[in-house]
Amino acid sequence: MQNTTSRDIWVGLFVALGLAALTLLALNVSNLLTLPSSKGYVITAEFDNIGGLKVRAPIKLGGVVVGRVESISIDPHSFRAVVGMNIESQYSIFPKDSSAAIYTSGLLGEQYIGLMPGAEEAVLQAGDRIAITQSAIVLENLISQFLFQKAAEETKE
Amino acid sequence: MLSVLGRLGRAVLESLARLGRWFVFMLALLPALPSALLRPRLIVDQLYHLGVLSLQIILVAGAFVGLVLGLQGYSILATYGSAESLGVVVALSLVRELGPVLTALLFAGRAGSALTAELGLMKSTEQLAGMEMMAVDPLKRVVAPRFWAGVITMPLLAALFSLVGVFGGYAIGVGLLGVDSGSYWSQIQSQVDFFDDIVNGVLKSLVFGVAAAWIALFEGYDCVPTAEGVSRATTRTVVNTSLAVLGLDFIMTALMFDV
Repeated sequence: MQNTTSRDIWVGLFVALGLAALTLLALNVSNLLTLPSSKGYVITAEFDNIGGLKVRAPIKLGGVVVGRVESISIDPHSFRAVVGMNIESQYSIFPKDSSAAIYTSGLLGEQYIGLMPGAEEAVLQAGDRIAITQSAIVLENLISQFLFQKAAEETKE
Repeated sequence: MLSVLGRLGRAVLESLARLGRWFVFMLALLPALPSALLRPRLIVDQLYHLGVLSLQIILVAGAFVGLVLGLQGYSILATYGSAESLGVVVALSLVRELGPVLTALLFAGRAGSALTAELGLMKSTEQLAGMEMMAVDPLKRVVAPRFWAGVITMPLLAALFSLVGVFGGYAIGVGLLGVDSGSYWSQIQSQVDFFDDIVNGVLKSLVFGVAAAWIALFEGYDCVPTAEGVSRATTRTVVNTSLAVLGLDFIMTALMFDV
């Protein structure tokens, strides 16, 4: 009988350890805790080019994450990319004339949307669309611009 | 010429018959599974044998895999100037692939072989037949609790393996090689997704648990009841489980992580 009780404790310890490892993995290793609360509100923005932006990419204001990209689609009329952004409800502070730009963290890092607050009194509501946007910088375009400029200079000379 | 053909034919027929017995075993075990849950005592005993006694090798292997991943990942990432991403490399490779797969391979060697040998010896010493004589269904009394224990144990062991590995990578990366501690964790948290990575890893190890327990129990239940038969069945368990785990892993990776 003594044997069985110590065995029970070992099994209990094992199962508890395993479950604790799972929870630790879920909470500490994954981004489960940083999932946007569903209470946020969704605003959209149109971009000419979103580069490598992905759903769930962070939306930042001054480096602070205020929401996440919820959807990426194409407007069938304007042929531009429409990005739905879920902003946490505690940050319903953005003026109507705020602007959105797509930045890259680091040289090769992931892309995120940076918001720049405007000056108007009225704030963005759910469903509003940000009018002023700046597309992602596509490295190839930059390089080709640079090359064409070079070539143009040389032909002038 | 004829004898070669005959041998080929017999080999094919034998493997088909094994496949058939495997299927029959599966069908016979399925209805026995729910009733085993009514006797948690038997499952707890098996959890001790399969889980607690496997902890040592799982934890040590996980720690060393994490340490090696830390060293190798750092030396590669440092050439691209992104040593801060070390945490992501270690965590993703452990949670997605190495954790479930290596745990299943170690489980096959540590616990699967023991299951087969135990069942095979019970069969060759006619304990299983004795149970049937006493109207005790050996599938319910012996096989089903071991199956449950295997399925429950595998995800827990895999989670421990991955967690210990992540800390192993941390010890090497932060402690020895000077990666910033904050960016190690924050990179992990920003890149590892709960549903895409961790839930899929747990699903994988559940499937591996079913496969490993099933193969081990079938080989033991189906073995030739002699000393040689048991030893062959034990070898087959380790080989077949390893092959099944690697094949299933490829299929599940292709399905889960669509690139």
